[in-house]
Amino acid sequence: MTERIPILRMGQFLLVTIQVDMHDRLAMTLQDDLTEAITRTGARGVLIDISSLDIVDSFIGRMLANIAAMSRILDAQTVVTGMQPAVAITLVELGLELPGVRTALDVDRGMTLLRRAIAEESGTHATSDDEGRDDDDDAN
Amino acid sequence: MTTTTRTELLPVRQESDIVMVRQAVRAWSLEARLSLVDLTKMVTAASELARNTLSYGGGGTARLELLQDGGRAGLRVTFEDQGPGIPDIERAMQDGYTSGSGLGLGLGGAKRLVNEFDIRSVPGKGTTVTIARWR
Repeated sequence: MTERIPILRMGQFLLVTIQVDMHDRLAMTLQDDLTEAITRTGARGVLIDISSLDIVDSFIGRMLANIAAMSRILDAQTVVTGMQPAVAITLVELGLELPGVRTALDVDRGMTLLRRAIAEESGTHATSDDEGRDDDDDAN
Repeated sequence: MTTTTRTELLPVRQESDIVMVRQAVRAWSLEARLSLVDLTKMVTAASELARNTLSYGGGGTARLELLQDGGRAGLRVTFEDQGPGIPDIERAMQDGYTSGSGLGLGLGGAKRLVNEFDIRSVPGKGTTVTIARWR
């Protein structure tokens, strides 16, 4: 009953690779564990690799969408990587569009996507810092 | 004429049975020599229906049948429960309709993933859903 999908921490990222055919409760546990881990570590990005998954049905699809939505509220970005082409075709015909879930073809591209998304956010903050400095300059 | 060359009855009584049904449908789809995309669709449809059997039907069975029709091979899976039944099948088939916590894609979605789809339900008696996919 303590079966769990491991969550690895790498810098400001959390990495998950789903390599087993998950029963529904295991998927729910992963969802809870990930949101808890984001809060505990202050992670800015979550990467979930599903390249080993043969199918994504509506339950697992909903779990992925939930994780993306929850991490967004907790100020983290989520990317799902490695979806097999047959899985993608099936998802579309099933009518599951995974709203709000970013995807990338592989882990490499997924990490690039996450880094860019986080840099863009920090970039916005940096701009306001610069403005702060400009004000100081004006004062001098 | 369609003949059944092999059949197996699996229980759908607990969550882990959904995984067992998925794995059995996958193995039998390979035997029926379905393409990878067709196999994926069949396994996904079976997963949706097995969950329905458990969540809404209160558990039941999944019967797998390996089919032969002339030179064609196929796979049929029948989900049966003795649950409350579905009062309005037409409405239940619509995307977005759910009586539980699901996304409401189960029945309509599963139908789109297979070649043959049949649903029979008697309120108070139970529900039987049959899907088939041919090579």
